[in-house]
Order: sequence, then C-alpha cells, then structure tokens
Amino acid sequence: MTFLKPKFRHPDLPKNKLGYTLSYYEGALSTLCAGCGHDSISAAIIQSAFEMNIEPHKLAKLSGIGCSSKTPTYFLGNSHGFNSVHGRMPSVATGANMANKDLIYLGVSGDGDTASIGMGQFVHVIRRNLKMIYIVMNNGCYGLTKGQDSATADNGSISKAGIVNHFQAIDLCGLAIELGATFVAQSFSGDKKQLIPLIKAAMAHNGFAFINVISPCVTFNNNKGSTKSYDFVRDHLEATGTFDFVPEMEEITTNYESGEKHAIKLHDGSLLQFNKLENDWDPLDRFSAMKAVHHARDNNEILTGLLYLNQKAMDLHELVNTCDRPLNTLKKEDLCPGNGALANINAGLR
Amino acid sequence: MMSDKLKINDFVVRFANVNGTGSASANLLFCKAIFRMGVPVTPKNIFPSNIQGLPTWYEVRVSEKGYLGRRDGIDLMVAVNAQSMEADIKSVRKGGYLLYDSSKKLPDHYKRDDIHFIPIPLMEICNETYTDARLRLLFKNIIYVGALAELMQFDFSVFETLLGDQFKGKEKLIAPNLNALKLGSDFIKANYKGTFDLKIERRDLLGDAIMTDGNSACGLGAIYGGATFAAWYPITPSTSVVEAFMEYADEFREEKDTGKRKVAIIQAEDELAAIGMVIGANWNGARAFTATSGPGLSLMNEFLGLAYFAEIPLVLIDVQRAGPSTGMPTRTQQSDIMEAAYASHGDTRQILLFPSTPKECFDLTAAAFDLSEQLQTPVILMTDLDLGMNDHVSPPFSWDDAKDYQRGKVLDYDALENIQKFGRYLDVDNDGIPYRTIPGTHPTKGSFFTRGTSRDEYAAYTENSPAYQRNMDRLVKKWITAREYVPSSQVYQAENTADYGILFFGTSQYAAEEAMDTLKEDKIIVDGLRIKSFPFDQIAIDFLQNHKYIFIVEQNRDAQMKSLIMIELGISAEKLISVLNYDGLPITATNIVYQITHSMERVEKYTTV
Repeated sequence: MTFLKPKFRHPDLPKNKLGYTLSYYEGALSTLCAGCGHDSISAAIIQSAFEMNIEPHKLAKLSGIGCSSKTPTYFLGNSHGFNSVHGRMPSVATGANMANKDLIYLGVSGDGDTASIGMGQFVHVIRRNLKMIYIVMNNGCYGLTKGQDSATADNGSISKAGIVNHFQAIDLCGLAIELGATFVAQSFSGDKKQLIPLIKAAMAHNGFAFINVISPCVTFNNNKGSTKSYDFVRDHLEATGTFDFVPEMEEITTNYESGEKHAIKLHDGSLLQFNKLENDWDPLDRFSAMKAVHHARDNNEILTGLLYLNQKAMDLHELVNTCDRPLNTLKKEDLCPGNGALANINAGLR
Repeated sequence: MMSDKLKINDFVVRFANVNGTGSASANLLFCKAIFRMGVPVTPKNIFPSNIQGLPTWYEVRVSEKGYLGRRDGIDLMVAVNAQSMEADIKSVRKGGYLLYDSSKKLPDHYKRDDIHFIPIPLMEICNETYTDARLRLLFKNIIYVGALAELMQFDFSVFETLLGDQFKGKEKLIAPNLNALKLGSDFIKANYKGTFDLKIERRDLLGDAIMTDGNSACGLGAIYGGATFAAWYPITPSTSVVEAFMEYADEFREEKDTGKRKVAIIQAEDELAAIGMVIGANWNGARAFTATSGPGLSLMNEFLGLAYFAEIPLVLIDVQRAGPSTGMPTRTQQSDIMEAAYASHGDTRQILLFPSTPKECFDLTAAAFDLSEQLQTPVILMTDLDLGMNDHVSPPFSWDDAKDYQRGKVLDYDALENIQKFGRYLDVDNDGIPYRTIPGTHPTKGSFFTRGTSRDEYAAYTENSPAYQRNMDRLVKKWITAREYVPSSQVYQAENTADYGILFFGTSQYAAEEAMDTLKEDKIIVDGLRIKSFPFDQIAIDFLQNHKYIFIVEQNRDAQMKSLIMIELGISAEKLISVLNYDGLPITATNIVYQITHSMERVEKYTTV
C-alpha cells in the first residue's frame, strides 16, 4: 500500500460554481482500515461541500478523539481544522462559532466521543441550538483501543471476541429529538445517495443539525452477531423515504408524480423534497418523529433519513443577541470604553 | 474600669452577624463612611458557605498609617448573633469593647470584667419602630451602625452623601435609613455613660483612591482588554468576575443603532466546557476568557495542556480558595500555584500573573489578553478570595488610550499573499513564537490543522521523534522569551544590601509591607521583593541570588512558591525560609514578623555554633 496520494487530476474534471474541482475538497490520505465506513462518510462530506459550492476557508471542521475524529484530516484539506480532546468537541465548536458567526462549523465525533465521555457536552450543545453540523460516525465500538463495546452497542450484540453486550444502547437520535435538537437525521455509511442530501440539508439548516451515521468497523465489529456489521445494517435498514436536496436558486428538474411530492423549504431558501413519506409520520412533528424512532427500535429496524426538523427555533447567536459583525472582527474602537469612561467608574467607587 | 489610651483611626472592629440578614450592606456602610472621611480602612468578610442562618463575620481594620492587611486582636466586637455570642465575647482583646443586642439578657457566664459592655436593645427598638418583619431585621443592622458612629464621633453628614449616592434613583429609601442611624445614635447619647476611646477623625490620607473588590476589577479589565467572549461555570469565589463582566457589558457593549451586543457570554455546563469554549473562541480569533477557582482549575487541566501544546491563547482568572478538594470554599488561600504552573499532564509550563490590588486586577486582566496572544499560550491570573471578594482601598483605574491591543503574530490576508509556504509551527523569528492564522482569512493559503497530538513545523501529524523533540524544545525557547514579556517584579529597596530578603506576591503584599516596617522599627532590615509573574523575571532571579537568606511569604501549607523557585531557578533550599499561613484567613503582619524573628534566631544560632 502506498502512502502517497496522487495529486494529478484530469484537467477536464467538472468544476463547481466557485471554479473548484472535487479534488480541492479532498484531504490527506486516510490512515483508517481499508473498508472503514468512516471513509465513505468523508467522501460524502467532500461531495456535499463541492456540490454546495462552499468556500473551503469559510468552513471549520472540528472533532474530538477517536477513529472518527481523525477523519477531518482526510477531507476538506483547505479548511482550518481542530482535533480537540476526547468528548469535548462541542464546547470548542461553541466557542469557535461564537467568535465568528460567518463560518460553517462541521463537527465530527464517534460513539465513544459522543455517547460516553462527551455525553454532557453533546446534550448541552443541543440545548443551545448551536448552528453546526454534528456527524457521529457510529460503529458501536472503540476502534483505536481495539474493539471494546461503546455505549451505542445494542443490547445482545456480540463482539468479535464473542462476548454478548448486556447493557442498553444509547439511541443518539432518540435522545437528540427528546432534547429538542432542531435537525435530526440517521443514515448509513454505505448509502451515499441518502447521506449526501442529508449532509447538504444539514449545511443549510439554521441551528444544530445532527446526523447519526451507522458506520461499521470492519476490523473490530463486523462479525456475525454484531448489530453494527455491514450485513446486519443492510438487512435492517428502514428508510423514512427517499429525498433530494435542491439548493436555493437551482431549477427543479426532477419530475415527481403528483401526490408523492412533499417539499420542505429550508432556512436558506433551498428545498428538501421527499419522494415518499410514511403514512403516519411527519418530520415536522416531534411526537410523530419520536413515535417512528421508538417503533423502529421495537422492530429491530434502523430507521434512516431525516427524522425531525424544526426551523422555528432561534440559534445561539440569536438567543444571546450578538451583533451582525463577527465578534472576532471587532477592534479596540468597538470594544474599549477608553480612559474617559473610567472617571465615572472611579467616582462611583469612592 | 480604667480607660485605655485613646486610639484615633487605629483599631479593628468585628461584626458578628447571621448570614442572609442584610448585615453585609450595613457593615459596608460603616466601612465606606470611614473611607469617605479620608481614613484608610480595610474590610474582610468572613462568611460561611451557606445562604441563610449561619454565623458570618465582617472585620474592619482602620489604620491611620495606611496598613491594609488584616490585623489580629479585636478592639470592638459588634455581637448580634446569639449562636456565636459566647465565643465572640471571648475573642475581644483585654480592655476592648462589646456592643451587643441587650433585648435579651446576657447569660451571666458570658460576662467578662476586663472588657467594656455596651448594651443596646436593637430588637426592642426595631419592634417598637417597625411593624414589618423584614424591616425589623434590616434596620437592626443600620441602628448599630448609627450607635457606632455616635461612639466613634463620626461626622454624621458623611452618611447623608453616602446614602444619597447609594440610593440614587430610589431616594425614598434615604430618609428611613438616616432615621435608623439616628435611632442608634440617640440611644447611645441618652444611655451610654461608659468610657469609649476608639475614635475616627477626618483625614485626607486617601487622595483619589477608590474602594472596590478584585473580581469586579477583573471583569472591567476584561471589557477594556477587548474580550468578546466569556464562558464560565459558577463557583465561589470567582462567580462575581463574570457577573461584573456581564454588568459592564450591558453598559459598554451594546450597539447603539441595533441594540445587539458586541459580546457573547455563555454559562457552560461545567468547567471543562467553559474552558473548551474559550479555547474555541480564541482559536477563531476572538479574545475570550473564563474565571474559576481551585476545583474548576483541576477540571480544566486537560484543556490547559491542549492550549499549551496547540499554542492557543486564553485568559483564565483563578480566584483561589482554601483547598484541597472542596476545602473551605469561602476562605482564602494561595494554594493553586503548583497546579496552575504545571497544569496538565506531560511537560507543560503555564504563564501566571499575581495581582495584589483591584487596580492590578484591572491592569493585569487587560494585559493578560495581550500577553496570551503575543505568546500564543494560556495566561492564568492568580488572584484569591481575599482580593476577589473583599473591598480594598486601591489606586483608581486608568487606561492609556494611545495603546493598541497587541494581537501577536497573526497573518492576515495580505501577509499570506506574500508568503511562500505557511508553516504554523515554524520558528521564523528565532524567539520560539510561531505565526498563526485565523480560520476564514484566505481562500487558498494559511489553513492548517490544530491538534493536541505531535506535529511537524507545518502542522502535519507526525510520530517522528526528532520532529516531536524540536517542537518541545521550541516551546522552551518560547518560555524563555516570555520572561521579557511578563510584568516586572517590584523592588522595595533599590540598593538591596541587606543579608535578608523577603519575597511575597498577591494579597500577602499588605501584611508583608507592614511587617517590613515593624521589623525596621526593631532595627531588623530585610529587603523586599514582590513578584508579579511566572516565569520569574531577571529582577527576581537577581534578588534571589544576591541575598543570603530569603523569606518566602505565602498562604498555603506546602510552600508552593518556594518549591517553584527551587525547581525553576535551582536556588538552594538552605537559602529559602518559608513564612506560611494556611488557616484560610488573610495573613497578618504580626504573623509574618513572628515567623521571621523566630527563624532569624534559629538561623543565627545555627550559623554561630
């Protein structure tokens, strides 16, 4: 295996509206295991950013610690990145976002990083409706320390060593909906067709956009009996519906048969179009979304797609009423009251 | 009983109250009145970790000579708390005074014949005057202030202006307060015929000084220093730092035209998140800070290591309290020094600043933002409960409008345009300080990956041993560079010729200065030095090398500053003599003098044998 990533690209590769080819959104060569689900998610992120015409320097990628948190090195190589400490990415993303409201913040975490050590920060970043995309690459195990169960491992799932997990799994999507997350989606690393429109919709969302992506660990959790293996996941997928993401201003060319179309207009004017919806499920209704999640869990199904969307909630900047200019652009003239103001303050302290 | 000799502007009054009864504001009124009469005064609030119902004390030292440290010995006890009454009476010095609520008869065994009792039926007066239970409770405190003012012969007009200022906009509160003061004063005039020799005489010893607490000053310093983001988790005694920042932000950080705010303040879920947010904001080019105390500092250690290693600026205000663990949450100490200096696992060194006065809290908080951005590393302001929560007489705040913020080595768009290849951790200027870029600056240049793992000069992940070691060595070089940036130590005797030196920092300054004077009166000369930072500057290094013995005054059990000096400067342990105080109360001059003279006797005996 070579560790050199070829730089050469065909000159006629398609360019996006900014004039960048897809390769401009790539990162360093992945050092994850061959066949790792995480690499598929990285590819979906690259494709989404390319198609969304995102200026790479207007996006900041952040992560915690673990296999999943290594991935930001492998996508968007022209964006600033921050690989922070275990379970604490949400707080770093919060501070970064507060400093500059004009960038897109893409957080990547894993099931250990989010559902165990980082549970507190995950819960609180949801509460604050921080405008960011939060992707969990969920494989039900600790990869970097060689395969221990994580808190999202399903009750009854069997590890590579043949040990049955007897603990309840934490359902991150169910939890996120319960806590009032404003965009909750679930997908599978092997389903690019679904994952890319979900990531694009998340990028257009004005608030906290959570995507839990089941991403099998080929090395430690792809065995028979594991509920996070490729085979198991493929057999138990239950999509909420197929859908497309239609960016703002783009002409809608896809033809849908009447009666099957259901479109949601997103914050930035773009459209999320569902081809088919379950009869008794409405992604704009939290109760119905929770019901669908619980129903799937009881039936051993992995429900994928956009599960819940709330576009009415204010994001953190609106909640704390920050000014339109990013805080990190303010100068001394904007911030320092000067010596004159101290005369009054001093007088009040005598 | 014989009258002791008259004590003008030189005594200690201690108030024994029940917490949650409004006594703090009445006691402050007493203190502030003395301040307004131009006499140096220093209050210490000795309060429980509790909201209502437990004993709390408020100690006021008045000192014509301007000594602002705590002093042992209670000249007058104002005892209005039955729970602690017996012990309170015992604690009065011989010949001192006890003003007490005589609504209930004192048990006979409380009586002492070597102190003066000043009975005043506070509760009875209140019950006769007020019908509302809350007013009875609140004005009871104001009445004893009126009684004290009469006994000490205050210029009563000072209360009129003081209350006028205090209740600006709520003028109808002035008259009832003045009336309560008068009730106390009238009672003393009519009933107390005994001796009283503690007097306040108007002076003009304070010039343009102000009276405020260090935490408010830190909050104001963060406003002036250009902080646009604060994240915090409430913890005594640091809570009022961010609360002050919020109040000043309401005043100074609102955009006139939009009503929107040029600041974001987030109450985090814990200290880990608080410092994580601050790191994120600083990484993204905003000036951001947090404030905490010992337990929070412990939690923040992991992130402090990341900020040190990834070279991210941040300002952390540590208002120290008595540890370890939860310790005594409402008592003071300087016991986080080692924890802060080497915060986090691995080889780390953190910049520390040691303010002594509210003015320095203001100055050094603002300066910390410059320092941390110039050095691209955390700067920890080591204040303490005594400085942070007690009011102190302080020089007034001032600001040099001509000075700009020092943002350090940040490459903007134009700089990146002119650069061949950007290397985040390249030591371009040979001072250990690399150049950084802020996300969003340039579409094709300057992006890099920030991480707590090892990396090369171009921020690429590496497990290459020489590359790792080069980076660690550059961080040492940066540390040496930092010595030139940190505030200089304060020297007390320019000539520095004595054999003995005394080294102190932070709130020990007050007692240490007084101790030097006391020793001088006994013809014992010690040269003084107050350090303001870690790393130690050259002045401190010279001082330590040039004296035969150095007393190191610190408010912790384990002589943490002495250890730091030994570790960092290789100064021999035999030269360094500890003067320690770790009872949770601010150190006193008497204590320092006692420890120094005893140590000297031992040293002399040892060296002459």
